[in-house]
Amino acid sequence: MSISETATKPGLSISDLNISFRNKDGWTSVVRSLGFDIAPGETVAIVGESGSGKSVTALSLLGLLPQQSTRIEGSIRLGDKELLSLSPKDLKALRGNEIAMIFQEPMTSLNPTMCIGEQIAESIIAHRGISKSEAKVEAIRLMEKVHIPSAARRYSEYPHQFSGGMRQRVMIAIALACKPALLIADEPTTALDVTIQAQVLNLIKELQEEEGMAVLFITHDMGVVAEVADRMVVMYRGDVVEEGTTTEIFANARHPYTKALLSAVPQLGSMSGSSDPQPFAIYDINTGLAAEASVLKSTVDTSEILLDVKDLSVRFPVQQTIFGKVTARVHAVENVSLTLARGETLAIVGESGSGKSTTGKLITGLLHPTAGKVEICGKPMRQDTRQSLSRSVQMIFQDPFASLNPRLTVGRAITEPLRIHKLASEKEQDEIAASLLTRVGLSPEIAKRYPHEFSGGQRQRICVARTLALKPSVIIADEAVSALDVSVKAQVVNLLLELQQEMQLGFIFISHDMAVVERISHRVAVMYLGEIVEIGPRAAIFSNPVHPYTRRLIEAVPVPDPSRRRDRHKITDSEIRSPVRPGDYVPPARTYREVSPGHLVQDAGPEWAA
Amino acid sequence: MTGTSLKFTRRLIPAYLLALLLIVSLLAPVLPLQDPLAMDTAARFAGPSAQHLFGQDEFGRDILVRLIFALRNSLIVAFAAAILAGFIGTALGVLAGYSRGLTEMLAMRFIDIVLCFPPLLLAMLAVTLYGPGPVTLIPVLAIVFVPSFTRVAHASVLSVRSQDYVEAVRSMGASNARVMFSTILPNIAGPLIVQFSFTVAVTVVLESGLSFLGLGVLPPAPSLGLMIGTGRATLAQAPMLLVWPCAALTAMILILNAFCDDLRDRLDPKSSKIRGQ
Repeated sequence: MSISETATKPGLSISDLNISFRNKDGWTSVVRSLGFDIAPGETVAIVGESGSGKSVTALSLLGLLPQQSTRIEGSIRLGDKELLSLSPKDLKALRGNEIAMIFQEPMTSLNPTMCIGEQIAESIIAHRGISKSEAKVEAIRLMEKVHIPSAARRYSEYPHQFSGGMRQRVMIAIALACKPALLIADEPTTALDVTIQAQVLNLIKELQEEEGMAVLFITHDMGVVAEVADRMVVMYRGDVVEEGTTTEIFANARHPYTKALLSAVPQLGSMSGSSDPQPFAIYDINTGLAAEASVLKSTVDTSEILLDVKDLSVRFPVQQTIFGKVTARVHAVENVSLTLARGETLAIVGESGSGKSTTGKLITGLLHPTAGKVEICGKPMRQDTRQSLSRSVQMIFQDPFASLNPRLTVGRAITEPLRIHKLASEKEQDEIAASLLTRVGLSPEIAKRYPHEFSGGQRQRICVARTLALKPSVIIADEAVSALDVSVKAQVVNLLLELQQEMQLGFIFISHDMAVVERISHRVAVMYLGEIVEIGPRAAIFSNPVHPYTRRLIEAVPVPDPSRRRDRHKITDSEIRSPVRPGDYVPPARTYREVSPGHLVQDAGPEWAA
Repeated sequence: MTGTSLKFTRRLIPAYLLALLLIVSLLAPVLPLQDPLAMDTAARFAGPSAQHLFGQDEFGRDILVRLIFALRNSLIVAFAAAILAGFIGTALGVLAGYSRGLTEMLAMRFIDIVLCFPPLLLAMLAVTLYGPGPVTLIPVLAIVFVPSFTRVAHASVLSVRSQDYVEAVRSMGASNARVMFSTILPNIAGPLIVQFSFTVAVTVVLESGLSFLGLGVLPPAPSLGLMIGTGRATLAQAPMLLVWPCAALTAMILILNAFCDDLRDRLDPKSSKIRGQ
């Protein structure tokens, strides 16, 4: 791309944009007097939590909001075109040609019945009207441009053969097919693993430099903003609360909401020097004042081991011959051993396919191990003891919208464990539900209502209340805060810490979010392809990561500080490998060495030789 | 608020109509009605009169009374068959979907085998072997409709069982029976209720068809199918003889479908609009 061509690309200019939706009571305003400009080659991020109006703004730029029930006022100009006065036909021509969009879910935004190359070629043909063979050449060129390895060969592969990160690259290739002037990226990395997120962000920056396009980045993640954006617009419930250059806002946020948002962002390395977890400081959104974060006393009592896992393995056959001989297996968990003391939090971190959730399910007895054993409070977890042991170990799930039965009221849901184990009369159940709801910071009056009436954060509190009903000693939290908005995430993490203080609970905290893990855990286990590659005290793992994978994981976490942007050339385009192995695969014998007391590292195999 | 309450009442109309239908047909033997079998050959094909509101048929029997008894027969057969089929089919489907593996394979292949028989052929075979009448008809129709319930239940269980709340009750230590019947079953009730309404409606039609062919309810007992059959023969002389049973059949099916649709919406806690909140 030559410089002269770069200069001709138009910028985007939005002024006094108001959007309202019609509902049964009239018009509800969702975006109010929004205005900002993006120059060619510049990146602006719209930051906000769910319901802030950031995605609605993006859809209004593309003219994708339903016309009957939406009212858009103000002005959106791309170059010298006023988008709001364009006819639907002109808008259609504009989409894809001058404005392109990439979405959050790379898993569902590609057509599963068409091969990857054709999907890219299709959009090239639609917009540029060139022949099929020319389009194929161009598609392969684009695939190479977004760093898809062996592009020519993968042209005729289907979406299911691509990993999430690779699919997002395909989406970017499709978006770039017509050299748009404006690229809208709506949470493009939220569904991706952290090492893959770093690669995709890197790619977007690189392509932007080459093409000179304007990028509108929509995200809730301050770390991502610090990484990519030149300027940012902070939105709260439809209003712009702060606007400025990224460096300026990160250094000196003025609005209380921005301050609250920034304080809720966990910062890697903010906790060195302390071995215990620390609650988040919660800011008041109206005043901007931080509530006093209480200093926690140590809860760990190493004399009582709540959970002892030894040499745990589980494998699932994925492919069989007709004679029943297994030709491929997923080695989901391989020789995992760990212990958990009373009042301790052990975090299990890893990326998708690392076996961390499977380990959680093995501990609760939801899955049966192929080999190895799990002991809870000294009693072995087996098929016949699962029901009685489930009183001591309870689980919180990732998706608060899926983990509550939609047909039970909140009160009934919380007391369901008591009914399963026949522990309380109907009247006692009502009292217990009320006291548990109060305990997790909700009003006892909501017991009669149904889960769909509540927000994600409230539902996760209900789930926490439910796990407490049986007074367990171990709680497995499987990505329990990953689906929540940053400020809500901080509140739920604080709630878990409070409960630990009060009841000396042991937590297994399964997460991919290194920054939250640093806040909440006493010890950390890093999993990769079903194996623990490094385990030890939290301070040791974060200050002295030894295994190459742990290092890569920590380096990939976006740093919420624009002055410390990473050197982009350091990021490799490696993919996460798959734990599917041939049927006769024998896992290599692993050895561990002790770096410091309690800090064990697996000796890196030949695959890690740099 | 009047708009809402009017809408609310309108939604209840199918329920009222069905209740009326059920009460009349259940209580038909004790209501002060004429004998549906009493003939009056002098008044063959007589038009409507104060005593015989819908007129009289080819043997001078009262058409309205015969319609009521015919609906009663149809509904008894249809509900009995649908309940039986729903019970067996759902149990089989939930079991297959939840336990997977060999149980699933056996249950679903059994269903495939049953599905291979055309329903009408199966019914004719059973009637030829065991003789016509409701006692043969109910189990045969039940067998015919077991597969549809199993398929619907199986497919719904597969999508529900992977939900986190099912994992959650399991992690609380619930037994398999509890997971299947108190967690999964209420969550798949929607499609099953629709299937039930559909089955009752189709059974009514199938029962009428079999009676029409002389394989269902035996004359002189009244049945919609039989009445349509004889009405067809005398179409030229008395067209209303065909119109009444056809209209009754259509109305009954419409009421059943409307009622079951509404029931499904009401049972779903998410559709709070309907409950006027």
